[in-house]
Amino acid sequence: MVLASPTARTSPATHEDQAVETVDQHDSPWVTLVWDDPVNLMSYVTYVFQKLFGYSETHATQLMMQVHTEGKAVVSAGSRESMEADVSKLHAAGLWATLQQDR
Amino acid sequence: MRKWKRVDTAAGVRLRAALEPHEVQLLNNLVGSLCEMLDDRESSSPRDELAEITGMKVGHSQAPDDDTMRRLLPDFHRDEPGLDHNSALRSLHEPAIIDAKRQAAHRLLDTLPRGGGKVELTEDDGHAWAAAVNDVRLALGTMLDVGPDGPEQLSEDHPMAGHLEVYHWLTYLQEYLVSSLMEVR
Repeated sequence: MVLASPTARTSPATHEDQAVETVDQHDSPWVTLVWDDPVNLMSYVTYVFQKLFGYSETHATQLMMQVHTEGKAVVSAGSRESMEADVSKLHAAGLWATLQQDR
Repeated sequence: MRKWKRVDTAAGVRLRAALEPHEVQLLNNLVGSLCEMLDDRESSSPRDELAEITGMKVGHSQAPDDDTMRRLLPDFHRDEPGLDHNSALRSLHEPAIIDAKRQAAHRLLDTLPRGGGKVELTEDDGHAWAAAVNDVRLALGTMLDVGPDGPEQLSEDHPMAGHLEVYHWLTYLQEYLVSSLMEVR
């Protein structure tokens, strides 16, 4: 797989261009979201972010507070496969997580 | 049940606490029920000939019917118009999620001091305890319909009053455990 080159966009609209766009769309990253939940403890959510993602306590606490105050937070981003793995780990730990394409 | 004490030993970090006999019994019953719920979910999953030949487990493609199990095993996508990968992702990943939850639950059961007394956990045991206790709290919280504002208390004659008391006790247990897991060495 190759990265879509920005110069490709300057050429006339050809079949090739469409292919580039399709690849672009396909390559756009996925994200893992964690949703607020009335049962999970703030300390536990912070701990899980540190333990699963290796985040510092400061970063993990910021993400936890974002989940708490805004109702959700993006906790990781990457390929669809790696987001499926992250959501699985978060579900195993009891957090309410989903994945979606970052648009 | 008091606070957990974090101790550095030659063999690594240990988390120590003591549990009353009735507390051990309670954890044993609650976590045992959690295991049964997970086993039921797994054993009702579809049988698949290919899976039997390859040894690869295939899970349910549908979310659980009851609220409690649905909270323990949520969907992978939410409100994604035009995307319906939930079924595929569920049957692909649910078996491993159930396994991870069951392993944590069994680790808690295996490290409970029978008849009460001192508990000594490694960090990994502590992680398993925190996850298993969290799953029990999620199950109880769903049954009690816990929202952002409680309920903090139920009247004594309320049929779920005992459950709420247990829920609060598990909250303390988990809070203390997590704070000692997070203590900076």
